[in-house]
Amino acid sequence: MTAPAMHIAIPDDAVHSVLAVPGMHCAGCMGKVERALSAVDGVASARTNLTARTVEVVHSPQVETPTLVAALAATGFDAQPREIAAEPVSAVKPLLAPLGVAAFACMNVMLMSVSVWSGADGTTRALFHWVSALIGVPAIVYAGRPFFASAWKVLRYGKTNMDVPISIGVTIATGLSFYETIIGGAEAWFDGVLMLLMFLLAGRVLDAMMRDRARSGVDALLRQVATGTMVVAADGETRWVETKALQPGMLMRVAAGERLAADGEVLRGQTRFDQSLLTGESAPVPAGPGTLVHAGTLNIEAPVDVRVTASGQDTALSEIARLMEVAGQSRSKYVRIADRAARLYAPAVHTLAALTFAGWMLAGAGWYQSLVIAIAVLIITCPCALGLAVPVAQVVAAGALLKKGVLVKDGSALERMAEIDRILIDKTGTLTLGRPVPDEAALCALSPLQASVALALASHSRHPLSLGLVQALAARGILAALLEDVHEEAGQGVTARWNGLSVALGRPASAQGMATALRIQGDAVRLIPFADRLRPDAEAALARLGSLGVEASILSGDSVPAVAAIAHATGLTAQAAASPLEKQEAIQRLQNAGRKVMMAGDGLNDGPALAAAHASIAPGSASDVGRQAADMVFTADSLLAIPRAIRVSRKTMQVVRQNFVLAIGYNVLAVPLAILGHVTPLIAAVAMSTSSLIVVANSLRLAGEAK
Amino acid sequence: MNGVAFMLPIALGMGLFGLASFFWALKRGQFGDLDGAAARILIDEEDLP
Repeated sequence: MTAPAMHIAIPDDAVHSVLAVPGMHCAGCMGKVERALSAVDGVASARTNLTARTVEVVHSPQVETPTLVAALAATGFDAQPREIAAEPVSAVKPLLAPLGVAAFACMNVMLMSVSVWSGADGTTRALFHWVSALIGVPAIVYAGRPFFASAWKVLRYGKTNMDVPISIGVTIATGLSFYETIIGGAEAWFDGVLMLLMFLLAGRVLDAMMRDRARSGVDALLRQVATGTMVVAADGETRWVETKALQPGMLMRVAAGERLAADGEVLRGQTRFDQSLLTGESAPVPAGPGTLVHAGTLNIEAPVDVRVTASGQDTALSEIARLMEVAGQSRSKYVRIADRAARLYAPAVHTLAALTFAGWMLAGAGWYQSLVIAIAVLIITCPCALGLAVPVAQVVAAGALLKKGVLVKDGSALERMAEIDRILIDKTGTLTLGRPVPDEAALCALSPLQASVALALASHSRHPLSLGLVQALAARGILAALLEDVHEEAGQGVTARWNGLSVALGRPASAQGMATALRIQGDAVRLIPFADRLRPDAEAALARLGSLGVEASILSGDSVPAVAAIAHATGLTAQAAASPLEKQEAIQRLQNAGRKVMMAGDGLNDGPALAAAHASIAPGSASDVGRQAADMVFTADSLLAIPRAIRVSRKTMQVVRQNFVLAIGYNVLAVPLAILGHVTPLIAAVAMSTSSLIVVANSLRLAGEAK
Repeated sequence: MNGVAFMLPIALGMGLFGLASFFWALKRGQFGDLDGAAARILIDEEDLP
């Protein structure tokens, strides 16, 4: 229960750092992360946040961020520095206080109401009504603010949403109750109004929680553009410089396996850059002195020195950012289902109340009695269950998808995803894994001893081919051999001694395509070719898309032969060598033809297309831009996430429509009572909570849907 | 009526106390990491003094 017993005095000049730790997902991980960081010299305290997948470290200024990252890497956690200033605003927080107030006031007022319903009258009833008003009116004003503000905002633009009938109902009911209290009348509705606000706020909080959780999940995934880099000063000393502090003219030392933090020109060294995230091209591009290289691309071979030519907003990414801004505008015009329902609902309810008033006036009732009955109609039709119908279903569905590794950005993503009938899939990194995978046949040809030596050698290198080899061999259950004298030479490979024999893993003599060579003294050289592979379950996923009635095709920026091979393997039609603008136009063309297009892509070059499409999904390995632009992000390797997301979205919308029917069904029963003037505050309270509970129960059926 | 004169302030006082505690907890960031709070109880602390 107690905080970790760290009694190191926090120095005055202590620095707060926040690290994103995407791999942290349980209590054990939290403990490991906190202990690993607390053990670092100069760290005063470390506190994890599991919701945001971050850890806040208080440390002395001498401790540098890479030290902290290294300490976590030693325990097996990837971590990236995060700027504290960039701490996102929570959508839940501003709603928690109104919800708490509404719940408190509702319970206390209900205490009075129960006495009134059980027969209190005369002075007691008047006293209880006055106490209710004392608690209720300030609470309604406070807890109702989110609705009043939103209703006022849309009304000013001459539009309407669900908050307009809510605000009108709440205001009129409160006014009537207050009047009744003053004249010592029989019925006050403070309890009903507060209950309504409480249920509606609960729905809003759930909706906000879903958005918060998805956003922090997305934020915590690996950041693709390095947030800093090693810079070589004029005196030859190297130091860590954050991306935003990089200036043109600085000299960056980029190790193999690092991403470039800024655009630049190679000064020294020979290497190859993986540009797949930027252009979709799968083959690495060679770079030597004089070559221009771009931020976000991955150095995969040898360390190089790069002179910064542009940083921050001036990089090649800015053009893509501009395209995305334009592309995102069409989607922001989408009207969510709750607001579409409100467009029909609000006028209907207000007309009904007006007609009730007119009817009772014509029937000869006094204008006061007619008004009270008309207001009862407004209160009873206040969309309590309607306010819960959409968010609860969407939150349950998003939670079910989250368990299967699909992050949903917000509820409208589920609504749009449900309408999809066409999908365009990027090749590199989306349809394929986007990372080199060793050839199965070549691995099978290795003897167990050779395999264990290869694994041991590869585990000493951060080269992408080595990483791919380690993953593949470890998955086969191979254990690493014991090596001595291990050396890694940049661009050449790893050498070591094993049982007295010299062994090496490195660049093959005749380099053709991607391959690595395993040399063991006194044995033939073993060549292991690598290739980018289709994601697991790609065929099953495409078949399921077909059975969902979604037509699929490939839209790639890669060269024609590379795309043709994948198109052949999957049997899909394809468009190759598409620029970011062409990708966006392809989607626009289909949408103009009336199709609801979904884009699945990962790269920076997919950003505009992801933003322009009706709905979009990106793999967790995607670029920052890809993940930000997409509606959903799937973190597992399997491509089955895409059909699953579509199926769950459709099921969610089905449940939402059922909820609407249930909520409106309740109105069909309650409204005639109200019009006839038989509704009392007790009936309103019972009807409201029953219909809300039914809607919640119906939505919970979605929990097991994401199988 | 005499009973009410006592009970009413007591009931309201208790309610207000609950509300005040809720606001205090909200301000202190107690609702900042609900998932973490649920998991934290499971952390082994055997290596701490």
